[in-house]
Amino acid sequence: MLEVRELLAGYGGAEVLRGIDMEVGAGEIVAVLGANGVGKTTLNHALSGLLAHRSGEIRFDGSRIDRASAAEIVNAGLIQVPEGRRIFPNLNVRENLELGSYRRGRERRAANIERVYAVFPRLEERARQTAATLSGGEQQMLAIGRGLMAEPRLLILDEPSLGLSPLFVEEMFGLVRRLHAEGLAILLVEQNVVQSLDLASRAYILENGVFALSGAAAELREDPALKQAYLGM
Amino acid sequence: MYAPAIVAEAFLNGLLTGSVYALIALGLTLVYGVLHIINFAHGALLTGAMFAVWAAHAGLGLDPYLAIPLLTPLFFALGYALQRFVIGPASHGSESNILLVTLGLAIIIENALLATFRSDTRTLATDYGFQSVEFGPLILSKPRLIGFAAAVLVTILLWLVLAHSDTGKAIRAVAKEKLGARLVGIDVGHVYAVTFGLGCACLAIAACLLMPTFYVNPRVGNAFVLVAFTIVVLGGMSSVPGALLGALFVGVVESLSGLYFGDSLGQLGIFLIFILVLLVRPTGLFGAKA
Repeated sequence: MLEVRELLAGYGGAEVLRGIDMEVGAGEIVAVLGANGVGKTTLNHALSGLLAHRSGEIRFDGSRIDRASAAEIVNAGLIQVPEGRRIFPNLNVRENLELGSYRRGRERRAANIERVYAVFPRLEERARQTAATLSGGEQQMLAIGRGLMAEPRLLILDEPSLGLSPLFVEEMFGLVRRLHAEGLAILLVEQNVVQSLDLASRAYILENGVFALSGAAAELREDPALKQAYLGM
Repeated sequence: MYAPAIVAEAFLNGLLTGSVYALIALGLTLVYGVLHIINFAHGALLTGAMFAVWAAHAGLGLDPYLAIPLLTPLFFALGYALQRFVIGPASHGSESNILLVTLGLAIIIENALLATFRSDTRTLATDYGFQSVEFGPLILSKPRLIGFAAAVLVTILLWLVLAHSDTGKAIRAVAKEKLGARLVGIDVGHVYAVTFGLGCACLAIAACLLMPTFYVNPRVGNAFVLVAFTIVVLGGMSSVPGALLGALFVGVVESLSGLYFGDSLGQLGIFLIFILVLLVRPTGLFGAKA
């Protein structure tokens, strides 16, 4: 579904991604793991058309999207829930959800809002409340809800657990599992290695702009190098 | 002391003036709220719109009110194109550049108008220009009453568009969260241009409402924009209801201080209150906390 070949990208003189190859199949849940500053967000920005890449190819459903605008990529159904949520703080919860279907899924907006409310009843309780007044966890729900409004075919989740209480992190990973169970393909980009490997079928370990390791999540969990680097074992 | 009727009339006249100020302030506050810059070309564009109304009347015999449906879309398109094809590309994404580009535009527009129309002050004569309406002891100018009704209507309409349409929501979204907006597929460049276009459309309507009772020369817009800028700060930057209420307030202050201090000092009151508000409530009367 998503194929990335030899992707190079960066900002100004700084090269951040130095040759990325990856794929995500239909209905698959794949994790990209790595510490801060290794290029995870740069990769997401390149996938979503927010950052022009230097070279390489990105294909979604077989067609090239690496020269497409962010809007065209949303149209194709590749939807990103960004790090830091990036909800619209001055709009209320319902308006945030409505804008989730600004470009895609507009005809089924009302029905999809009900679906999001069914997943996150808290959002329905707070429908008329300005998004800036939500708690961190609620804002994360809203960001994911807004992403779901566009009827994603592949959903990129950038650090959904960042800044949440441990209880909420559990809830968030549970939600990702449920969305996947409903058939949604998910690219989970996380620092939280243990929980992400429990969830994903495959994973890529990003270090300094290249994938240092990749493979089935079950195998990676047992990998001695990974254990040492990320789990301190 | 003046008789109550005179004070009441000055008060109402202030509201009438203020309503047209509101239209001018709306464009300024919208562009500020979304693009985060002060559009220095706002005054020159208003002057251009007023000349357009004058020329439509002098050349085509078009009544200023009937010019509204013609000039509003025209100025929307002009504003859209200016932002999309001139200001946007020339500023290379830097907000301080936008500032300079709009300043440059202002100079170009003013001088083009000066070259075309000379520095003469012009007015246009209509049958209704001096008609008035009596409310008991109060006598109010008819074209300015029409201007008031139209300006309030346009403000409400604009507010409804911003509050309820997808485009309006996208404008508000871009104002605060550009990256999030791009990720839901909003074309930020398009939203910028629409915002600029809306600001110019408001100017065109203001010009049509002003011309039956006002004059135009190549520098006339600047005085309005100075007042409009005060209104924007008073009302709280980037607030639509703030711009309307701030404008009505400023109109009344100007009119009453004109009554008490003399016509030439009418604007003195505005700036006194402006300084007071900035001392006491720097976010403006209706502004949110930063």
